[in-house]
Amino acid sequence: MSYYPDSREEDETKEPMSTATVRHEEAVPDLQELFVPEILKSAPAFDVETIRADFPILQQQVRGKPLVYLDNAATSQKPRAVLDALTKYYETENSNIHRGVHFLSEEATRHYEDSRVKAQRFLNAAHSHEIIFTRGTTEGINLVAATYGRRYIGEGDEIIISGMEHHSNIVPWQMLCEEKGAVLRVIPINDRGELILEEYEKLLNERTKFVSVMHVSNVLGTINPIAQIIKSAHARGVAVLIDGAQSSPHLQVDVQQLDCDFYTVSGHKIYGPTGIGVLYGKAEYLNAMPPYQGGGDMISSVTFEKTTYNALPFKFEAGTPNIAGTIGLGAALDYVSALGLENIAAHEDELLSYATEAVSEIEGLRIIGTAQEKAGILTFVMDQAHPLDIGTMLDTQGVAIRTGHHCAQPLMQRFGVPATARASFALYNTIEEIDSFVLALRKVCEIFR
Amino acid sequence: MNITQEEQADQLVEDFESFDDWEDRYRLLIDLGRKLPPLDETERNEENRVHGCQSNVWLAAKVDREGGKNAVEFRADSDSSIVRGLIAILRKVYSGRPAEQILTYDVEGLFERLGLNQHLSLGRRNGLYSMVERIKALAESVASNMTRAHG
Repeated sequence: MSYYPDSREEDETKEPMSTATVRHEEAVPDLQELFVPEILKSAPAFDVETIRADFPILQQQVRGKPLVYLDNAATSQKPRAVLDALTKYYETENSNIHRGVHFLSEEATRHYEDSRVKAQRFLNAAHSHEIIFTRGTTEGINLVAATYGRRYIGEGDEIIISGMEHHSNIVPWQMLCEEKGAVLRVIPINDRGELILEEYEKLLNERTKFVSVMHVSNVLGTINPIAQIIKSAHARGVAVLIDGAQSSPHLQVDVQQLDCDFYTVSGHKIYGPTGIGVLYGKAEYLNAMPPYQGGGDMISSVTFEKTTYNALPFKFEAGTPNIAGTIGLGAALDYVSALGLENIAAHEDELLSYATEAVSEIEGLRIIGTAQEKAGILTFVMDQAHPLDIGTMLDTQGVAIRTGHHCAQPLMQRFGVPATARASFALYNTIEEIDSFVLALRKVCEIFR
Repeated sequence: MNITQEEQADQLVEDFESFDDWEDRYRLLIDLGRKLPPLDETERNEENRVHGCQSNVWLAAKVDREGGKNAVEFRADSDSSIVRGLIAILRKVYSGRPAEQILTYDVEGLFERLGLNQHLSLGRRNGLYSMVERIKALAESVASNMTRAHG
């Protein structure tokens, strides 16, 4: 309980405060007018200008224009707190962890394991040993496919994914299917970019052995109804992995409440360093699975005749891990938690609605992904210009977006486009930046008309 | 073909340098691309596809042996307007020229002078060099046929 009490207390105090505000409003409107806004001004829950000052990279100009960074679904920028944590580690603590008896090793071990507890709290996992550090979501999925998959999925068994998956949640399962003679089944999506749940229910059968679905689409922005997906799979005793690469920076996730069996996080998308991520797995599954890679840290004892494996979580962390990255990720989770994911989500929703409305007025522009439930992603094509050319012209204006197939070629085929342009929003983006983005798009129209 | 590769290059560099920023230089590229002779739908086939480009690129070539000059002529097209502009540049310095000129011309020097090496994204640069490789391979086959014929 040493890390989160602050933010939890904050959450608890917010609730009564807003209730009090409502009561004031009803009873004494004058007081509310004078009193509450003052408090909000002096201690704003979410002040984007203050937040931007935490991100050194956002202060620069590119191509002679202020940087407008709207490629957050690819990777997010890092706050000073994360950069400081990395520097502090290398300047004062660098050493190998877990078996050292000297001071530095103990400091590094303590901070490394602190991050595990932070990740546990962040996802509300029941135990810290259910948190496995990986290189990112891709490695997390590969780990599960190569261990759980290899042990429990056989010939003729079926694995269900969805039609909007990132290649990293397609290819590991295809590789497994090829090896085992298993079959990959795909949940279709409708024209708005939503999963067709009735079709999913039909795909579930006695041969289904695993379901692996993304929480939020990196292309469409769709928030998938994962609670329902998990419930239906569990009704048949099928394990579920949720790819949380795009959801963890935007949505509060409670793995116990969701009851998912595995959940993956990419550190660099949640304001942490690259090359670090989290695989959450229920202890009962992780204990039953064989190890992923062999080496140091994952063993209990080694002889040439027989090696016994270490307990969780170390069983899945062979070799010297990304110690600095893990500590940096801990700092990132602290940062996000202090701001509050509800506040972050509300801010990003506002940016998305504003941007959606503004680009809808641009002639020849078509939004790909118009689901009811969306998070922070705006993908589009334009009649006038190839997505690559849109990206290049926006770049001349200092606006960074992503173009291409976004590692989701089957999804591109579903929507009949070879590529798209994608703007994606983060906690530090502003309405003014959306205006710059829209202005740049209007210029694209004029140039390519 | 009256104008030499060097004269053509100088003209391009002059046109580019008449603009201060890359927004305008891209506009110039897009305009150059608009003037490209089109490819027939049948020419947009797998055989003509240039791999290694982020957008679709097709390149249709023929050899003009009239008067024993062994020139490689080509037309190309892309769904990206900026790539069409790059194709226009390649046509100016390569198309209709004798194979040996194509093989010895320092196109990288031209890209350097135009600032394309520094300003194009890595993906676009790779695509541009894929087109150059395709053109040079065509010239290579023409040149080696010639050597065989004369040898």
